[in-house]
Amino acid sequence: MTTNLTMFWLLSGVILVFSLLTIFSKRILRAAVSLLFVLVATAGFYFMLGYEFMAGVQVTLYAGGIVVLIIFSILLTSHVTHKFDKPLLANLLLGGGIAVLGSATAIYTILNHTFVPSTEPAITPDMHTIGHALLSVDRNGYVLPFEVISVLLLAAMIAGIIIARKETKQ
Amino acid sequence: MHEIPLQYILIVSTLMFFIGVWGFIVRKNLITILMAIELILNSVNINFLAINRFLYPHHLEGHFFGLFVVAIAAAEASVAIAIIINIYRRFTTINVENVSEMKH
Repeated sequence: MTTNLTMFWLLSGVILVFSLLTIFSKRILRAAVSLLFVLVATAGFYFMLGYEFMAGVQVTLYAGGIVVLIIFSILLTSHVTHKFDKPLLANLLLGGGIAVLGSATAIYTILNHTFVPSTEPAITPDMHTIGHALLSVDRNGYVLPFEVISVLLLAAMIAGIIIARKETKQ
Repeated sequence: MHEIPLQYILIVSTLMFFIGVWGFIVRKNLITILMAIELILNSVNINFLAINRFLYPHHLEGHFFGLFVVAIAAAEASVAIAIIINIYRRFTTINVENVSEMKH
């Protein structure tokens, strides 16, 4: 067994176990920490695939930003020692049934589909390539989605401030 | 890298996706539902990058799509958490079963 394969099994084990803990943990703060582990293990996947920039974005934005935001909102809205009630058995069975059926269908399809890889030479996405692609207007450029995303982020930031601020009485 | 079949990664992300769906159905707390959505988005992102790397290594479409998905997830999480905090201020709970009426 090679190092890569060992690493893959380790990361996927971490992802699956901590995804389940995120969903079924009794305490909400532990669920958030499990989510952090899932996101960091996903960043490990990206490193294995050779997308270092994407892995860095994953760690800083997801694991650094979103999880901290979620933990803050947990601390603002619920008591740390608060425990969830047991989920309804009907919901548990319904969700489990949907999950098992859906994943069985998807995995069956994945295993029976022949993937045809392209034979063209691979390019390694270093910072230079990524920066040029993000800001170029030619065929493989992404300047339009880049600008749309920046406007969206600005709008989301303003919306977050407007919605979450305390209403002042005139 | 190439001793790992693409199918393995796709299966892991499929399982992660459906664990997220399960949590979405089972949980009643708004923040936990948000975490389930993050799991779903993350599993889809793994798919984009893995298929990009294994099947079309001469392009970067999947990579950039993943990048934009992460940005949109950040925007979505920030607005969702603002709404959750606002709901908590009005109803002093974030349980979806107790929050069923709009103020106006």
